[in-house]
Amino acid sequence: MADQATFADQAMEFMPSLYTAALRMTRNPADAEDLVQETYLKAYRGFGGFQEGTNLKAWLYRILTNTYINSYRARKRRPEQSDIEDVEDLYLYRRLGGLEGATAGQSAEEQVLEHLTESEIKEALESLPEQFRIAVLLGDVEGFSYKEIAEILDIPIGTVMSRLHRGRRTLQKRLYEFGRQRGLVDESQGKVYG
Amino acid sequence: MAEDKGDCVEAVHLLYHYLDGELTTERRVLIQQHLDDCPPCGQAFDFEAELRVVISQRCREQVPDQLRERVADALRQAQLHPE
Repeated sequence: MADQATFADQAMEFMPSLYTAALRMTRNPADAEDLVQETYLKAYRGFGGFQEGTNLKAWLYRILTNTYINSYRARKRRPEQSDIEDVEDLYLYRRLGGLEGATAGQSAEEQVLEHLTESEIKEALESLPEQFRIAVLLGDVEGFSYKEIAEILDIPIGTVMSRLHRGRRTLQKRLYEFGRQRGLVDESQGKVYG
Repeated sequence: MAEDKGDCVEAVHLLYHYLDGELTTERRVLIQQHLDDCPPCGQAFDFEAELRVVISQRCREQVPDQLRERVADALRQAQLHPE
């Protein structure tokens, strides 16, 4: 059993990643701040139930995610889209591969990776339907394992993999669209492998 | 990869499991071997790994100072007035 007096010392360091996740979930700074504050309060009050020595970050994420799902999402009138289009493996890479050699010394892939901006990446992530967005956030931004994500979201590992993999592929498609809009990729030269 | 060989299809199919470190050692070694032998697949995997780093690094947020203060205050209040 964890001692409440040590809560702040242990938990405050996770605020940047909790706030990042909260902002991607709510897509709104005011709501993200409220969500983080509520998460910390709930965690403080429930800290007695935290098993000392287990993963505190994952425990906090579980509270954050549940709080978001139960209070913030419930406010929305629109039902959340729960499916996304099927996007092939290596979507982005396949479309950039044909441009190799187009610029001296730097492949199209490297160029796109280098030039995608923070706001484009955030926007692409936020455009994913919620369940895919949360899976990608937990997996790729926070680096949780399949098992940890399954525990945080209380879903089977098979569902974690499906949401994560499909979310990633759709994210690639959105990033490709940004690249195309900005002229970072040239469709006419794009070659599809595979 | 361009020739659509069985090994390449299998490797791409397991790409995410591999990058996520979620394969058995045996399968991991097999994929690693294939990547060493097949530059197109190796490059594709490198790209995917790098893309993930880029995504993770470019969507970090700075915590506003006011939020830190708000949370610290809320915790102090909770301490003074336990439920």
